[in-house]
Amino acid sequence: MRDDKLCQLTIHEAHELLGQKKLSSLELTMALLQRINEVEDKIHACVTITEDIALEQARQADEHISRGEITPLTGIPVLVKDVICTRGIRTTCSSKMLENFVPPYDATVVEKLKAQKAVILGKTNMDEFAMGSSTEHSAFFPSHNPWDVERVPGGSSGGSTAATSAGEAIYALGSDTGGSIRQPAGFCGVVGLKPTYGRVSRFGLVAFASSLDQIGPITRDVTDCALVMNVIAGHDSRDSSSVPHVVPDYTKNLNSRGRSLKGTVIGVPREYFPDNMQGEIKTALVAAINRLQELGATVDWEVSLPHTRYALAVYYILAPSEASANLARYDGVKYGFSEQNAGSVIEATEKTRQFGFGAEVKRRIMLGTYALSAGYYDAYYLKAQKVRTLIKQEFEQAFEKYDALVTPTSPTVAFKLGEKMEDPLQMYLSDVCTLPINIAGLPAISVPAGFVQNLPVGMQIIGKPFDETTLLDIAFAYEQATSWHERKPML
Amino acid sequence: MKLSHQQVEHIARLARLGLSAEERDKFSLQLSDILKNFEVLNELNTADVMPATHSIPLQNVFREDEEASSYSQDEVLANAPRKEENCFKVKAILE
Repeated sequence: MRDDKLCQLTIHEAHELLGQKKLSSLELTMALLQRINEVEDKIHACVTITEDIALEQARQADEHISRGEITPLTGIPVLVKDVICTRGIRTTCSSKMLENFVPPYDATVVEKLKAQKAVILGKTNMDEFAMGSSTEHSAFFPSHNPWDVERVPGGSSGGSTAATSAGEAIYALGSDTGGSIRQPAGFCGVVGLKPTYGRVSRFGLVAFASSLDQIGPITRDVTDCALVMNVIAGHDSRDSSSVPHVVPDYTKNLNSRGRSLKGTVIGVPREYFPDNMQGEIKTALVAAINRLQELGATVDWEVSLPHTRYALAVYYILAPSEASANLARYDGVKYGFSEQNAGSVIEATEKTRQFGFGAEVKRRIMLGTYALSAGYYDAYYLKAQKVRTLIKQEFEQAFEKYDALVTPTSPTVAFKLGEKMEDPLQMYLSDVCTLPINIAGLPAISVPAGFVQNLPVGMQIIGKPFDETTLLDIAFAYEQATSWHERKPML
Repeated sequence: MKLSHQQVEHIARLARLGLSAEERDKFSLQLSDILKNFEVLNELNTADVMPATHSIPLQNVFREDEEASSYSQDEVLANAPRKEENCFKVKAILE
């Protein structure tokens, strides 16, 4: 098989070849490392490439496979967003603050991948501390969209989605606080799932906003997404916010071609199609939803979730507030960047943070500190928490009637590098369709649903808490009936 | 509402965040702009609404207090910018 074909395999395709001994993990890993080498100067998806570790892990995986010890992720190369701790591999959060930080432990999700004998190719670029929607807030360099390198891949998991789209890894892990898996997955034409809050352990995920953060898979198709979820989901005693619910086999229903969606009731909330939305996106989404209807789903086009308009404000109060507390730990004492050219311990802390953090991180620390400060707490933080309750309740009511809600993943396709950098509010609006879902803690998936001017469009499917299975069923049925996910960028 | 330079400096001090004069000016404008957008929440009467701290109802999560291995001193200190005799080193705290 040609190397460029190898690089675009799905997990299940690669697994089959590995199992039949038609391909070794070492061959696959070398093909991907070669591909990374070829395209990285255009895409800039990776912060760290762990070639030696990957080759060693691939050899070990091949030994396991030769003994007949193979699970769906065995020997399959993955890239990990650089906000997820990897023992002995630097974990930077794309920040000068953690440029040389080498964690002494693995995140639970990384432990789980290693237990399956996965091959870790390296760490991917992101907006600094996962704050942003384009990867342009990386302290090192922006990543580029494989479909048009003058455009952003989205963010904050833009390195992971660009790499998956460009054939630099078979899949990747991302994290999603307000859309950071789904929005870039939509921009890059890949599948991205934000699991229900509490479904996947956050242990070893560098904290941004602890009540909103979740780790999730970024893959080339829905089956792969389910395969990764089967491994990373589950309770973890080291994350008290992870839930003890049984993890179902997410691939269980994903085998029959031409699956019907008969009996599935889908709602389309009109607030997710605002007037300023790109017209072609609306057209693409209407066509995609019509396709769901043709597949047997009952679609209600007249759903209204009036509290949607408050979500942006709620999110940009709560997330920065939590961030301002979480990021207080970066004081230049225990790890990370440290500025010692200062008279006092306080001045050293202030300078460490002044020179260690980039503009967006500072902006959010300021915003959060303000919202939590004396005299403003009730007006901002408490008020936002109360509206969070209302947003949650509105979704709960909707899910009494619908099995899932369907919306665009973003109001636009991938925008140009530099376009929104000087206007933080415009950048924030890029996540307007995704952040209400984090506020309510719900699961949601973005799947490829068309193209506008050769740029991918994402469809977001939102589900009930812990009902990832229904999302995957709908996404799978749609994927089987379309071929958007088969298109690959020309590089 | 518009944030004054003084307010921006006050918040920066609370956050232990040094700012250049340029950053202070920029943040004063940008943060005012963002805060203005938050005013939309005042449309809602939330007097009788309970605040949500989390999205899933978990309360009092307990676990057994079990012995487990920890990290060695070397591992814990490996990332320390400054260390001395197996301790993190900081500038003098007392005058």
